[in-house]
Amino acid sequence: MIKVQPEDFDVGAELAALRQGRTDVGAVASFIGVVRDVAGPGELSAMTLEHYPGMTERQLAGLEAQALARWPLDRVLIIHRFGRLLPGDQIVLCAATSSHREAAFEACAFLMDWLKTKAPFWKLEEVDGQASWVAAKQDDENAAARWQTPVSKAAKNKT
Amino acid sequence: MKLLYFSWMRDRVGMAAETVWPPEDVTTVGQLITWLAQQSSSHAAAFADPSIVRCAVNQEYARAEEAVGPDDEVAFFPPVTGG
Repeated sequence: MIKVQPEDFDVGAELAALRQGRTDVGAVASFIGVVRDVAGPGELSAMTLEHYPGMTERQLAGLEAQALARWPLDRVLIIHRFGRLLPGDQIVLCAATSSHREAAFEACAFLMDWLKTKAPFWKLEEVDGQASWVAAKQDDENAAARWQTPVSKAAKNKT
Repeated sequence: MKLLYFSWMRDRVGMAAETVWPPEDVTTVGQLITWLAQQSSSHAAAFADPSIVRCAVNQEYARAEEAVGPDDEVAFFPPVTGG
């Protein structure tokens, strides 16, 4: 399931909904991204996330389909916020349910790495009263590239 | 052809969207970028370094050699920074 929204989300309620009615799911892995007040030498006062409506949903749905095809997952959830956020605010939630914890962990890492490099979001940071666009990081490209190598043991368990 | 700009591409071009009618010999993303860069000093500034400009045609990532046509929605933006 994909949600792109300005509103905050309740992690407990979202994870409970993800496994509702399923007693055969043994593993729920999740990742929550949060706004930090650290921005280089300065202190970040706010961050505004812009996105490309339409393409964002399309890319996230494709990402969800790829994760479901690659690992033996039951369900996938991606929630990504946009708009103006403050330090401590939640930005993103990725979760995957599976009978196997390796698959759930790996799928979450995959989702986050690909979100960082494929989902059309841009961060505008406000530091000391100055707004500037965040530059993309090569580290994020490198992290995403690891998923292009042959599938892991956890992924191979998919039948 | 409908164009969309995001993040600092929008700041540099000075608008979020525009409709353009490129000449018929503009058939690829790369050719469109070259043509757009000649349209104004703002466009020239936005497309000054094409290596840091990403493109989507009809909401799918597109490389310089990929085709564009009059009915397409073409978006230009910097490398993404979500998550």
